[in-house]
Amino acid sequence: MQKIVFSLLILLFSLSSAQAADSIKIGMITTLSTKAGYLGEDIRDGFKLAIEQGKGTLGSFPVELLVEDDGRKPEKGRQIAERFMKRDKAQILTGIVFSNVAMAVVPKIVRSGAFYISPNAGPSKLAGKGCDKNYFNVAWQNDNLHEAVGKYVTEQGFKNVYLLAPNYPAGKDALAGFKRFYKGGIAGEVYTTLGQSDYAAELASLRAAKPDAVYFFLPGGMGINFIKQYAQAGLNKSTPLFGPAFSFDERILKAVGDAAVGVVNGSQWSADLDTPENKAFVAAFRTAYGRTPTLYASQGYDAALLIGSALKSVNGDVNKADEFRAALEKADFPTVRGNFSFGKNHHPVQDIYVREVVKDGQGNYTNHLLKKVFTNHSDAYGGECGM
Amino acid sequence: MLLFIEQLLNGLQLGVMLFLMSAGLTLVFGIMQVINLAHGSFYMIGAYVAATVAIRSGSFLLGMAVALPVAAAVGMLMELTILRRLYKRDHLDQVLATFGLIFFFNELTRIIWGRQPLFMDVPSWLGGAVELLPGVHYPVYRLAIILVGIFVALFLYLLFSRTRLGMQIRAGASNREMVAALGVNIRLLYTLVFGLGTMLAALAGIMAGPILAVEVGMGESILILTFVVIVIGGIGSVRGALVGALLVGMVDTLGRVYLPDILSLLVSSATADTLGASLASMSVYILMAIVLTCKPAGLFPAQS
Repeated sequence: MQKIVFSLLILLFSLSSAQAADSIKIGMITTLSTKAGYLGEDIRDGFKLAIEQGKGTLGSFPVELLVEDDGRKPEKGRQIAERFMKRDKAQILTGIVFSNVAMAVVPKIVRSGAFYISPNAGPSKLAGKGCDKNYFNVAWQNDNLHEAVGKYVTEQGFKNVYLLAPNYPAGKDALAGFKRFYKGGIAGEVYTTLGQSDYAAELASLRAAKPDAVYFFLPGGMGINFIKQYAQAGLNKSTPLFGPAFSFDERILKAVGDAAVGVVNGSQWSADLDTPENKAFVAAFRTAYGRTPTLYASQGYDAALLIGSALKSVNGDVNKADEFRAALEKADFPTVRGNFSFGKNHHPVQDIYVREVVKDGQGNYTNHLLKKVFTNHSDAYGGECGM
Repeated sequence: MLLFIEQLLNGLQLGVMLFLMSAGLTLVFGIMQVINLAHGSFYMIGAYVAATVAIRSGSFLLGMAVALPVAAAVGMLMELTILRRLYKRDHLDQVLATFGLIFFFNELTRIIWGRQPLFMDVPSWLGGAVELLPGVHYPVYRLAIILVGIFVALFLYLLFSRTRLGMQIRAGASNREMVAALGVNIRLLYTLVFGLGTMLAALAGIMAGPILAVEVGMGESILILTFVVIVIGGIGSVRGALVGALLVGMVDTLGRVYLPDILSLLVSSATADTLGASLASMSVYILMAIVLTCKPAGLFPAQS
């Protein structure tokens, strides 16, 4: 009996290692723990969906996805990247959620000759001066979604907007992005403590400033708190609220409830975007995981498809780095966004929309596509990139 | 001026919230000499249980009625099984153990409830805003929080000054060997005090649930301010916790609102915004440093 078990085990191990030797390793460094863990979870699940649909392959080449949690810590991200590249010999990495982690990890990866495909973070530095031939961003440059709302708010005739963001680099970049396309006056610009949970004082000042609209960027739980308290103070009846998609994904909406209904937010993707690829993706994601995908899931899925398209054109040989890179640049993949190409700094040139939060027939909260704000929009930093 | 009154109320409300948290923490430390870093976990447990029951039953009060005893029971269980072994150890061991418990409770919450933050709404009978003064509208729910805080402060005052249990607790804080020698069951007393402390933290969590995101790790964000409060108030003193909480609530709220304005008189407005925000987030720690310089044992040091 023991012998049988033993030999079975050996067989199992030899099989799995044999398979591992043939398949292409993709290292995913992402945030699965902490409050923000659901972002990484959705990126991973979107990515895995693409692999499962290819029956374990991307671009019909077998791949092995290695996933590790960076706990939102830059130094941990660096260690994982090192392990993926040295121990597992992964040449394609992806997955980082947060810009501060990306800034610490991405330069290290591309310097050592591996490829990094960003499914989320798009800090300005990596789009401008710090751009690299092996770095591709398949989501957005950080400012993009804020820019779209800035333009939309101007088009809608708002003249006196109140701005609110946490006091850290991404918060300032967000408001700078908004102001780049917003042409009206500013009723107030407030920077709150990162991780703040009660906004009563800010809301009282906001009401006293009498703005005609409010734009805020408060990712994660901060946004849930703010939207709820904004509605509890009765402000949602008098002053329309605007934000980026980050505070209005389907999982946050579930925790916010009615307070978010009617809020207009900027996004490069929406679950009801009417393309055949997107419809198929949303349906498949719902079947596989039993929930509506968020924009993060769509970005993870697109990242996987992009990698698949490039693998196909180099016949699964990532060692042909120049050809692999050229294939990535073509962005010849069936994106769920309908329209996608890369600018010369390897950042997206894509359409950006505004969506409105609605309650659907089954009582779920979701986003409804409202209007296309930008067509083929790129970012403000491409000029600084030396490629 | 009206805005200032509203901001004072906001400060008061934050202070009351901090009082609920710090009263329990300071009691436990004062009487049992245990530093309980996992105090914030009971805030989270209170919010999660109340939100779950409120979602299922539709009743906020029922949620509260279930969450308070559940949190107290978890607290007492933790005291019986874990903390009891730590009384004789030094503070570093206690900090390590209770710090570990934070991770334990966070992970347990994630296993039971998942990553999705829970939704909890203000009960409809506490919704909306009232006009306190002409032009000052204030949300009813936040007024309710202030009332609950005043009620708890009164309750604790009566408990300590008018009841036998309160007398034993105070005596235990001053000299536990003597109290034990006089025949008081000090072990039972400790368990009860711990249960009371965790129940107060859970109450704070339940009251916060409709305003904040009910999510894993929500206890840690308030825990730091709670420690500031008990250091300012004097460790072990409930009266100190009350004064400290109100001070911290006011300084934090008014600092956040008025520091950028005050600074903009001195420097350009863009710098003032950033500098003001940074200074405001430091204001409570500056307050703590000032208090510690003048009164190293805090404002109302417990007699020991």
